[in-house]
Amino acid sequence: MAQKQINGTTIDVNDEGYMTNHSQWNKVIAATIAEEEGITLTPAHWRVLDFIDHDFQEKGVVPGMRRMNKVGGIPTKDLYELFPNGPIKKAAKISGYPKPASCV
Amino acid sequence: MQQLVILGAGTAGTMMANHLRKKVDLREWKITIVDQYPKHYYQPGFLFMPFGLYSENDVVKQKREFIPEGVQYIEAKVDRIEPEANQLVLHSGMTLPYNILIIATGSKTAPGQTEGLLGDDWRKRVFDFYTFEGAVALREALKNWKGGRLVVHITELPIKCPVAPLEFTFLADWWLTERGLRDKTELTYVTPLTGPFTKPICSDVMGHLLTEKKVRTVTEFNIARVDNENHKIVSWDDKEVPYDLLVTIPTNMGDEVIERSGFGDELNFVPTDKNTLQSKVKENIFVIGDATDLPASKAGSVAHFESEVLTKNILHYMKGEPLEADFDGHANCYIESGYNKAFLIDFNYDLQPVPGTFPLPGIGPFSLLKETHINHLGKLAFRWIYWNVLLKAKPMPGIDHKMSRTGKHIPQEILAAEAVH
Ligand SMILES: Cc1cc2nc3c(=O)[nH]c(=O)nc-3n(C[C@H](O)[C@H](O)[C@H](O)COP(=O)(O)OP(=O)(O)OC[C@H]3O[C@@H](n4cnc5c(N)ncnc54)[C@H](O)[C@@H]3O)c2cc1C
Repeated sequence: MAQKQINGTTIDVNDEGYMTNHSQWNKVIAATIAEEEGITLTPAHWRVLDFIDHDFQEKGVVPGMRRMNKVGGIPTKDLYELFPNGPIKKAAKISGYPKPASCV
Repeated sequence: MQQLVILGAGTAGTMMANHLRKKVDLREWKITIVDQYPKHYYQPGFLFMPFGLYSENDVVKQKREFIPEGVQYIEAKVDRIEPEANQLVLHSGMTLPYNILIIATGSKTAPGQTEGLLGDDWRKRVFDFYTFEGAVALREALKNWKGGRLVVHITELPIKCPVAPLEFTFLADWWLTERGLRDKTELTYVTPLTGPFTKPICSDVMGHLLTEKKVRTVTEFNIARVDNENHKIVSWDDKEVPYDLLVTIPTNMGDEVIERSGFGDELNFVPTDKNTLQSKVKENIFVIGDATDLPASKAGSVAHFESEVLTKNILHYMKGEPLEADFDGHANCYIESGYNKAFLIDFNYDLQPVPGTFPLPGIGPFSLLKETHINHLGKLAFRWIYWNVLLKAKPMPGIDHKMSRTGKHIPQEILAAEAVH
């Protein structure tokens, strides 16, 4: 297992850069991972990230696209604009959760 | 008299009616099965119909033929399930009370979920083979095929029988070659996954085969809409794949009865315990087959293995005994690859498909994750087994509902990873 330094904190990540210990996650770490992916977080991004966080606590998995639409009320088009090239993959990474099995 | 009601007389519901009829004390329990339609389709046969390999007669029988004596059959559409009142409400408004309910409502295609899919090209240039009507219409379209861009496409997962689109592609390659049309046809396989299949080792093997057969593969394609005017599919990130003939697997969803009952997930699948098959809705509701939200394949073979576990658990539940957490996600699927050959894969929640022999270790006669003629004969025999053994809940000698690890060559990396967990 690899480790990574962010602002002086050490986080555990897998070989694709997904965090493996969510208790190490915080908003500063999220913003840093987002910058590495070329994304500057805005309130619109946080709405998505908060939904993923909330849903993961409840269900134990990162929600898929359809669940984001139907339960989270976030349209697919918006997700692609906020997190280009694989919105769920990227949003999961920034939220500090595992890469989802379905691979959008 | 206590009431046991099975909702759905497809593959899984019919199996349960036959199992329970033999095991339950019918002086204490009345068994009723409800379905909206009279015809039972052998859905795996839909794969062969577009190529004229199976006809209508091979895939259709009457549902009632398979419902045993002593089980009441009601033909009616169910409007909703009321867990608190322990009853079904039929479309007619009539109610049907139960002490135990088994939900076996399956999954079906929902083409309306994709913008433009039901547009002008539908059933002209755009087809599916996951429905009886679709398979028949596609057969007629293929009769007139002269060449061009043939695109096989998966909308989103999960779909029932996740290998069927690959099988369709391999059969199309063979069929086109036989007719001298392969050189005139560009065959493309489009999937939202990162590779041709959900499980890594099998995905590699299928990837090689697609390359060998000169099929172009487009991965991570998430369809936003069908552009009927310009005959192309467009993804959310604006990738485009043009088609002359599009064979698509639309979104698969559970029946609307689940949504109307207020307890499905976003695809109308029922939250279910993955090992006991008890629903998470209420303790006297159980779920089997494609209707569940389990991380297992949606396949007839899975329904068969589940039916053995669920039968035990229904009997336990009737006696007030604890349930057995015995379902391991076992699936067993043939992958038809053309030229009278096929692969076979056997896997469960924990172990992905690996090479080996099945069902007898070292002997077979079937080979796992390998292309053989005998596997193809197994695939063809599956139809007879389906009608005569599986639906009637007769035993399958030598094949247990729990996946066997003997006879499988499990790669070192997998064993090492398992040791860590
Ligand atoms: C093209 C294709 C190829 C396949 N190939 C294979 C294969 O090779 N091997 C394999 O093992 N599996 C294969 N399958 C999958 C297999 O057919 C299904 O997994 C299996 O039929 C699922 O059984 P089920 O009982 O859950 O659902 P179904 O058999 O679909 O039955 C559901 C039943 O519920 C009824 N119902 C639903 N809602 C209501 C309601 N509101 N009121 C009343 N009745 C209702 C329906 O009318 C239906 O009869 C294939 C499927 C397809 C489409």
